Amino acid sequence: MTRRPRRERRKDPRDGGVATGFGSVTDGVANLTVKEPGRFFALVLDTFRATFKWPFQWREFIQQAWFIVSVTVVPTALVAIPFGAILSLQIGGLIRQLGAQSFTGATAVVAIVREASPLVTALLIAGAAGSAMCADLGARKIREEIDAMEVLGINPLHRLVVPRMFACAFVGLFLNGLVSVVGIGGGYVFNVMLQGGTPGAYLASFNAAAQLPDLIQAEIKAFVFGITAALVAAYKGLGAKGGPKGVGDAVNQTVVITFMLLFLENFLISALYFQFVPQKGM
Amino acid sequence: MGVEIRVEGLTKAFGRQTIWADVSLTLPAGEISVLLGPSGTGKSVFLKTLVGLLKPESGHIWIGDRDLPRLSEHLLYETRKLFGVLFQDGALFGSMNLYDNIAFPLREHTKKSESEVRRIVMEKIDMVGLVGAEGKLPGEISGGMRKRAGLARALVLDPEIILFDEPDSGLDPVRTAYLNQLIVDLNAQIGATFLIVTHDINTARTVPDNIGLLFRRELIMFGPREMLLSSEEPVVRQFLNARRHGPIGMSEEKDVSELEAEAKLGHDPGQLPPIPPQLMPTDGGVRRSQSPPGSWLKAHGVQPPPGSFIDDLGRDWVQEWPRHVASRTPVAGAQPSMGGPGR
Ligand SMILES: Nc1ncnc2c1ncn2[C@@H]1O[C@H](COP(=O)(O)OP(=O)(O)O)[C@@H](O)[C@H]1O
Ligand SMILES: [Mg+2]
Repeated sequence: MTRRPRRERRKDPRDGGVATGFGSVTDGVANLTVKEPGRFFALVLDTFRATFKWPFQWREFIQQAWFIVSVTVVPTALVAIPFGAILSLQIGGLIRQLGAQSFTGATAVVAIVREASPLVTALLIAGAAGSAMCADLGARKIREEIDAMEVLGINPLHRLVVPRMFACAFVGLFLNGLVSVVGIGGGYVFNVMLQGGTPGAYLASFNAAAQLPDLIQAEIKAFVFGITAALVAAYKGLGAKGGPKGVGDAVNQTVVITFMLLFLENFLISALYFQFVPQKGM
Repeated sequence: MGVEIRVEGLTKAFGRQTIWADVSLTLPAGEISVLLGPSGTGKSVFLKTLVGLLKPESGHIWIGDRDLPRLSEHLLYETRKLFGVLFQDGALFGSMNLYDNIAFPLREHTKKSESEVRRIVMEKIDMVGLVGAEGKLPGEISGGMRKRAGLARALVLDPEIILFDEPDSGLDPVRTAYLNQLIVDLNAQIGATFLIVTHDINTARTVPDNIGLLFRRELIMFGPREMLLSSEEPVVRQFLNARRHGPIGMSEEKDVSELEAEAKLGHDPGQLPPIPPQLMPTDGGVRRSQSPPGSWLKAHGVQPPPGSFIDDLGRDWVQEWPRHVASRTPVAGAQPSMGGPGR
C-alpha cells in the first residue's frame, strides 16, 4: 500500500512524429509477410500438440460434423449436378465430332473425379464450413467465452478447434465422394438420356480410364482441404477483436485466405500425383 | 484464506500503443480492492494480464513464489485454478443453459458424481439468487442475471482470488446496489481476495477496502479507501468526486491551456465531500479484512471531511463501530443485530 502521487510524465507513445507514417508502412509489410504467417503456424503447432491430448472431444466432433454436413450437403449436390452435365455437354459435343462418343464416360470420370470434385469440395468447405466456423469462434471470442474457458483451465484449441478440424476433414471426405457420385450420375443422365449415348459405352470407357488412385488422391485432397480450412477459420476466429464488425472482417478474410490456400494445395497435390502415380493409357 | 497478489513494474503495450506502464500494487489477501479508471484506460487489459491471458511487456505478478508471466503453460493452467473471473457480460457459453454453464468447470476438472455436482451447483445458484432460472439459456435472461450466473460459475471451484470486470456496467442503480451487496456478502462468506474493476464511483466509494486509480497510462495512486477519498491529488479528487474541475477532460485529458485558463479563473475545487461508511454484509457481521472506520485517517493524522461515516439513519460509524463489534462478538446463541449502514 504505497502512496505514489506522481507528477505527470508526458510520454505519449503515439506521438511518433514524422517517423509514424513510414513506420506504419514497414509495420504493415512486416505484419503481412512475417508476423501473420508466424502466428498462424504457432496456432497450427499448438493445435497439433493439442490433438494428442486425452480425451478426444467426441461430442463436439459429432455435433460439428453434423453441423457442417447440414450447411454443405444441399449446395454440394446442387453444384455437382450441373457440373457433371456441363462437362458431358461440352466435351461430349467435341468428342462426337471426333467420332469418339464411346469415350465420353472416360472424360467425365477423369474430369469429375480428379479435378472437379476436389474443387467443388474446396468451394464448399471454404465458403460454407470455414466461414460458419470462423463466425462461431469469432462470436465466442468477442463475447469473452474463449477467455472464460482458458481461465477455467480448459484449452480452447483442444476443446473446440481439434474436434472442428477433424469434423471438417471427415465431412470433406464425404463431400468429395458425394460430388463424384452425383457428378458422374449427372453426366450419365445427360450423356445417355439426352445426347443419345449408350449406357454400355459410357460404363466401359469409365472402366478404361478410371483407376482407384484417382479417387484416393481426390480424397486426400479433400482431407487436407478440410484441415486447412478449419485451421484458417480457427486462426481468424480466435483472433477476432473489436466487436461484431471484427467478426465480420475475420469471416471475410477466412474465406479469401482459405480459397487461395486450397487452390495452391490442389495444384501441389495434383502435380505430385502425376509425378508419382502412373496413368492408365486410353 | 485468500491469496496476496504483488504486481511489480508491470507494463503492457499492443504494438506501439502503451496501455499502461510501470504499475506496482499489492492486493492484500482477503481484502476487496477496486481498480478505478475512465473507459478505455486498460482496466480489462489489466485483469486479463493478471490471469495470464495477455503477456505483459515487462514486470512481475507474484502469487506466492510464482511469477505469473514467466510460468510454463502447465503451471499457468494450474495457477489459474486459484482464480475466478467474472467477465464483463458474464461470458457464459451461449449453447448451454445456466445449470450446465455453472456445472461446466466441475465436470471438466473433477471426477465428482452428478449428484455431487448438482449439490454444489445448486448451492452456488442459491448464493447468487438465481434459483428457478437454471434451465434458461444465456440469451434468454437479463444482463444482471447473466452477471450473477457468470459469478456462480466463477465460484464453483472455490477460488482464492476473484476478479470482477465492471460488475456494475449496464445495470440500473438498484441492480448495481444488489450486486455490490452480493459482492460484500460473498467476501464475508468465503474470504477470498477480490479485485473489482469499474468506472462507477459509487461502487468505488462504498464497497472496497482499497482503491487504485488508473489514468493516463499509469497507476496514479493505490491505497486504503480512506486515503484516496481524503486525497487532495487533483486527478484522484476529480475522479472520485465526479467533478468537471480537474485534469480530466472530455477527451481523456485536458490540454495545458485549458488547465491554465481554469487556474486563472480560480475555480475553487471546494470542500471534499464526506466519506461514506463502508458497505457491510447483510447479516450485520464484520468481514475479517474490514478495518474500523476512520482508522487510516487517525493513524495518519488526517482530518476527515465533515459529515463522514454517517449513515442514512444518522449514526456516526466511528462511534458506532466498537459497540457494533462488541454486539457481534460470539455470545453463544445471540441473534445477529440486523442492518449495517445503509447506502
Ligand atoms: N487484444 C487487443 N489488441 C489490441 N488492442 C487492445 C486489445 N485489447 C484492448 N486493446 C486496447 O486497449 C485499450 C484499453 O482497453 P480496455 O482494457 O478494454 O479498456 P477499459 O478500461 O475500458 O476496460 C483500448 O484502447 C483497446 O483498444
Ligand atoms: Mg473493460
